[in-house]
Amino acid sequence: MAILSRADVAHVAHLARLGLTDAELTLLEGQLNHILDQYRVLSELDTTAIPPTAQTIELENILREDTPGSSLTPEEALAGAPERQGDYFVVPVVVEGAD
Amino acid sequence: MGTDRRLTRLRAHEMARGLRAGAFSARELVDAHLELAHATDRGLHAWLFLDDARARARADLADRRLAEARRAGPEALAALPPLLGIPVALKDLVVTRGQSSTAGSRILQGFVGPFDAHIAERIDAAGGVVLGKTNMDEFAMGSSTEHSAWGPTANPWDLGRVPGGSSGGSAAAVAAYHCAVAIGTDTGGSIRQPAALCGIVGMKPTYGRVSRYGIVAFASSLDQVGPFGRDVRDAAALLQTVAGRDERDSTSSPLPVPDYLADLPADDDAAARAVRGLRLGLPREYFVPGMEPGVEARVREAVQTLASAGAEIVDVSLPHTDYGLATYYIIAPAEASANLARYDGIRYGWSVRDGDVLANYLATRGAGFGDEVKRRIMLGTYALSAGYYDAYYVKAQKVRTMIKGDFDAAFERVDAIVAPTSPSVAFPLGARLDDPVAMYLSDACTLPVNVAGLPGISIPCGLSGGLPVGLQIIGRPWDEGRLFRIARAYEAVTADADWRRLEPSDLPALADPAIRPPRLPGATAQT
Repeated sequence: MAILSRADVAHVAHLARLGLTDAELTLLEGQLNHILDQYRVLSELDTTAIPPTAQTIELENILREDTPGSSLTPEEALAGAPERQGDYFVVPVVVEGAD
Repeated sequence: MGTDRRLTRLRAHEMARGLRAGAFSARELVDAHLELAHATDRGLHAWLFLDDARARARADLADRRLAEARRAGPEALAALPPLLGIPVALKDLVVTRGQSSTAGSRILQGFVGPFDAHIAERIDAAGGVVLGKTNMDEFAMGSSTEHSAWGPTANPWDLGRVPGGSSGGSAAAVAAYHCAVAIGTDTGGSIRQPAALCGIVGMKPTYGRVSRYGIVAFASSLDQVGPFGRDVRDAAALLQTVAGRDERDSTSSPLPVPDYLADLPADDDAAARAVRGLRLGLPREYFVPGMEPGVEARVREAVQTLASAGAEIVDVSLPHTDYGLATYYIIAPAEASANLARYDGIRYGWSVRDGDVLANYLATRGAGFGDEVKRRIMLGTYALSAGYYDAYYVKAQKVRTMIKGDFDAAFERVDAIVAPTSPSVAFPLGARLDDPVAMYLSDACTLPVNVAGLPGISIPCGLSGGLPVGLQIIGRPWDEGRLFRIARAYEAVTADADWRRLEPSDLPALADPAIRPPRLPGATAQT
């Protein structure tokens, strides 16, 4: 039983910023629905009185002193940049009217 | 060849003894491993790179530390760290300064680390010699190492089969004697399952035991770093080296790390005594109908062996085990979809420029991620999207509470739990690639342990059809020391078993210079 339509799959791909081919969308439509079918077992469990667990160890409010330390130099931070200009990462224009 | 390959057959603790006795140098040890790894990795593809120059420099440094300690006297020699001079492998998601880390993904092609991961610093400080980085499923998503952008790794026991995953390269490298110990990560079984399938020891520590600073993230409430070794003491020595609090990972625990090795005697009779009077739980839900009969037989024999050594075996129930798979496959992809949002093609890594910002994202991520990673990002994005968050993600977090509750209840009655690591032995390359759910089921016995945040170890317990079977021992939080002691006791009482003398059966084939790299069925030939 399909939970996700092909349009749903394309919408989720857009939310995830994944450029998928038509062949990938077709394959994923089948595979995701098969996987979502496996999730149905969880509805057998009554969880109304159960609190959620986000993480398993009892640590809270781990703080450290806010002291200055060494960090990456601009050269190190930019070393992997696909495109740089001076000390900046280059991105396409995102604000209309900017040059 | 000029190097002595017999050195590669030693355990790390035997290497450490030889180094201190002056029987060989760290440089000789590292040269022997590098030579073997270069000569026999073509058909295995355990490594993504070997850094000979850096390894040799580190080995020379270890030799200088040894010489200095020898001059200072026996006490100085005894105080040297156990990992000094020992060849180590890092999984390709451990960031190191000046070296590549791709996490098995095209999207990190060309990425060179600007800093060292915490565990890399610790291994360096202890004098461990990192030879290079090992192959893995892309972003640690997989159970076979077939989802690497750089091609699969083979299993040294049968080159037509998978080594398990996602840390398959590390497991195969240790099993094939390319290094003594290796680092893996385990989000749903990625250390224990490949350890089982390659016939070695692998431990996933308690969530929070090891800092993840500098480890490429997959699912942040589940990921944990851990060791591989060819025996229990070697794995314990590596965990000892990397465990403990690090300010840069706020989830790393401030609890003190016990001295694991002090309680792991070399003497087999002394080691065997560790299980006397222990209560070991046998969870009925872990012996599923789909389990291979040979695996079930070996695991039940191993449990019987522990009983004969003085452990009391108690039947326990973990009633929500069957919900572990769905719970995990909601939580892990949800967290992954958030963690992997950072790969934008702007700051580092693979980048496809295709017009405006949105087009760049779509093109970079569409081309940079592999099929399994895309599948998980899609699942996670869907489970977190408006209108579905409560139905999927919050529901899974509630079931997570129930799964953890099962373990809490069991540990009121028993000291540890014994179970299979994997329902099957190593499967053929390609066998589960077209069926994601079949692949996910490979981890049915390991992923509840991550969901509950517990430590688990897999140790070899014999062969089925000529392939290794793993016994899993699961413990209370922070109880890694007890798991090592039980595992060491099992090792001690089975020290004379015939299967302990067997080497991976395809090691001779790997020595053939004409051997071809492992390939997935239907894939075009690699050249």
